[in-house]
Amino acid sequence: MTQNTATIASDAFVLDPADRAAILEERAHYPYPQAASIEALKIVQKRHGYVPDGAIPAIAATLGIRVADVEGVATFYSLIFRQPVGRHVILICDSSSCFLTDYEQLRDALIDHLGIQMGQTTADGRFTLLPVCCLGACDRGPTLLIGEDLHGPVTPEALPALLEAYA
Amino acid sequence: MSRILQPASERRAETHPLTWRLHDDASPVLFAEYRDTGGYAAVTKALEQHTYESLTTEVKGANLRGRGGAGFSAGMKWSLTAKGDDVPRGYIVCNADEMEPGTFKDRLLMEQQPHLLIEGMILAGYANRSKQGYIFLRGEYHRAAASILRALDDARADGWLGSDVRGSGWDFDIALHTGAGRYICGEETALINSLEGKRANPRAKPPFPGQSGAWGLPTVVNNVETLCNVPGIVNHGADWFQALSGERSSDGGTKLYGASGKVLRPGLWELPMGTTGRELFELAGGMRDGLTLKSWLPGGGSTGFLLPEHLDLALDFDTIGKTGSRLGTGLITVVADDQSMVSLTRNLEEFFARESCGWCTPCRDGLPWSVKLLRALEAGTGEPGDIELLEQMARDLGPGKTFCAHAPGAAMPLSSAIHYFRDEFERGITRPRGEAHADPIPVGSI
Ligand SMILES: Cc1cc2nc3c(=O)[nH]c(=O)nc-3n(C[C@H](O)[C@H](O)[C@H](O)COP(=O)(O)O)c2cc1C
Ligand code: SF4
Ligand code: FES
Repeated sequence: MTQNTATIASDAFVLDPADRAAILEERAHYPYPQAASIEALKIVQKRHGYVPDGAIPAIAATLGIRVADVEGVATFYSLIFRQPVGRHVILICDSSSCFLTDYEQLRDALIDHLGIQMGQTTADGRFTLLPVCCLGACDRGPTLLIGEDLHGPVTPEALPALLEAYA
Repeated sequence: MSRILQPASERRAETHPLTWRLHDDASPVLFAEYRDTGGYAAVTKALEQHTYESLTTEVKGANLRGRGGAGFSAGMKWSLTAKGDDVPRGYIVCNADEMEPGTFKDRLLMEQQPHLLIEGMILAGYANRSKQGYIFLRGEYHRAAASILRALDDARADGWLGSDVRGSGWDFDIALHTGAGRYICGEETALINSLEGKRANPRAKPPFPGQSGAWGLPTVVNNVETLCNVPGIVNHGADWFQALSGERSSDGGTKLYGASGKVLRPGLWELPMGTTGRELFELAGGMRDGLTLKSWLPGGGSTGFLLPEHLDLALDFDTIGKTGSRLGTGLITVVADDQSMVSLTRNLEEFFARESCGWCTPCRDGLPWSVKLLRALEAGTGEPGDIELLEQMARDLGPGKTFCAHAPGAAMPLSSAIHYFRDEFERGITRPRGEAHADPIPVGSI
C-alpha cells in the first residue's frame, strides 16, 4: 500500500548531524522554536535539493514543534521544493519590467533549449525551470537566477553558452 | 550587478546621504571604511545625547515617509509604538522582502552598504526600545545575505551590537531571517507571521504591530531605504533632512529613484525627494530603439499607470497620490508605444493572482477571473460586457474590501489601464455576448 511505503520512507530519513546542528543554531535566534522552521526546511533543502517527506517529522522533532506546523509552512512557500529538482534551478523573472524587456522571448528560448515546460525538470536531472517574482534587477531585464547567480540581461542568443557553465 | 548611475565624484555626504560612500565598481563598503568615514557616529550621538523620545521627535520632525511604498511617516509610526518601563521590549523588523515588480533599490543598499542599514536599525531599535532586530530578507537575495551576515559579525565584534552596546548599558542585537518566496511576505503583518515560522497570511488590524506584533510584543516594521535614512537625520538634524528636498516637496530627504523598461540607461539615482518624472526619464536617456513613451508606472506593479503628460509632476507621495495613482517605491517602469496595454495588464494581474495568499474571496477568486478576461481580450476573443466586468472587479478589489492591501494594489494598474487606454481593450471584443466565458479558473492554473 502506498501509505505504508510513505511511512517506511519517512522512517528512513535521517537528519544529517551537521544539518541538525545548523537548525539548532538557527533556533537560538528566536524566542520560540517554530520561527526556525523555514530556515530548517532550507537547510535540509540545501543538502538534498528538495525537502523529502520524511524530513518534516525530523525537523518537527528537532525543534520540538508539531508536524502539522512544519507541513503547513513547507506547502506555503514557493521556494521550498517538495519534489526532487534538477541540480540547477533556473528561476526566470516574469514580472512587469522583464516582461517589457522581452521576457517572453527568453522564456520561449529556455523552453526550446531545455525541451521542458515551466515547472519541469530536464530528463538528465540537470535543470528545473520555474517562474519567480521580480528579482530586483529590473535595470538588467530580462533576468534569471541560476542557483545563487543572478544574470541579466540575458538574450536568447547568449543562453546556450550561459547554461554550458552549469554542469 | 545593479549600480548607482551617478559617479562617486558627484555624490557627497551632505547631498547624497544614502549613496555617497558607494564605490563606482559596486564593491561593498566594508566595516573599516564605513567606520573611518563617520559610520556609526549617529549611534554614538544618540546614546550620548538622545532619549528614546527625543530621537523619535527628531525623526518625526524630518518627515521621513516610509520608502516601502505606503509613505507613512516613520517618526509618527515610532511615536505610536507601545513603550515604557511597564511595557516589555519588542522588535524592530527591517522589511527587506523587496519583490514589488519594477523595484531594485533595497538590494543595492544591502549588497553595497549593509552597515548603513545596520546603523539605522540600531537607531530605530533605540527609539522604539526594542530588544532585538530582525532583517527579513527575501530568499533569492544571496549576495545581500552574505554581505549582511559579514557586516553583522563585524559590527558585533566592534561592540555596536550585543549586550552593553559601546559601554552604554543598553542591549540590542540583530539577526538575519531569510524568506522562502511569496510576495505577500512583504505585507507587514504577513511578514510577522512568516517571521514566526507560520504561513504568510496577513493579520487583522487592529491591533497594529506597534502594539502587538511579533510574538505579541510591540513590533516596528520599516523598509530598508527608510531605515538607511535614519543615520543622516541623527547626524545632521531634521532641518537638514527637510532642506534636502527643499521647495520640491514637503516630504523630506532624498530618494533612490530608478527607471526600468525600454529606456536607454536603466538604473538608479539618488535625487531630492520631489524630483519630477521628466528629470528621471531624461537621466535614463529617454526611450531606446527609436521608441516613444506611451505610459509609465510611478513606483511598481501595484501603482496606477500614468501618461506622458504626468511627467512634470513631482515624484512624491502627495503629488502622485492626487492623480489617483501612488508613488509606491518611486522606481518608474516605462512603457513604450509598441507595447499592448492589454498584454501588460494581463502580465501584472497574473502576478497578483499567483501571489494572492488566498484568504479573501475577491482576491482569491476575482484575480484569476480577471486574468481570464484579460487573456481573452488579448487574444481578440473578448465579448461585450468584459470591460465593465473588469471595472467592477477593480472596484471589488479596492480599499476596505479585503484583508490587506494586496488586492487594492492589483486593482490600481487594472483600473488605470482601462481608464487611459480603453480603446485598446475595446479592440479585443469580437464575439457576441454569451459565447466565450465559463466559470472562473482556479489559481493553480495561472
Ligand atoms: C502585498 C504587499 C507587499 C508588500 N511588500 C513590501 C516589500 O517587499 N517591502 C517593503 O518595504 N514594504 C512592502 N509592503 C509595505 C509594508 O506592508 C509596510 O507598509 C512597509 O514595510 C512599512 O515600512 P515603511 O513605512 O518604512 O515603508 C508591502 C505591502 C503589501 C500590501
Ligand atoms: S487581499 Fe489577497 S493577499 Fe491580502 S489577505 Fe486577502 S487574499 Fe490574502
Ligand atoms: S521585473 Fe524582472 S527583475 Fe524586476
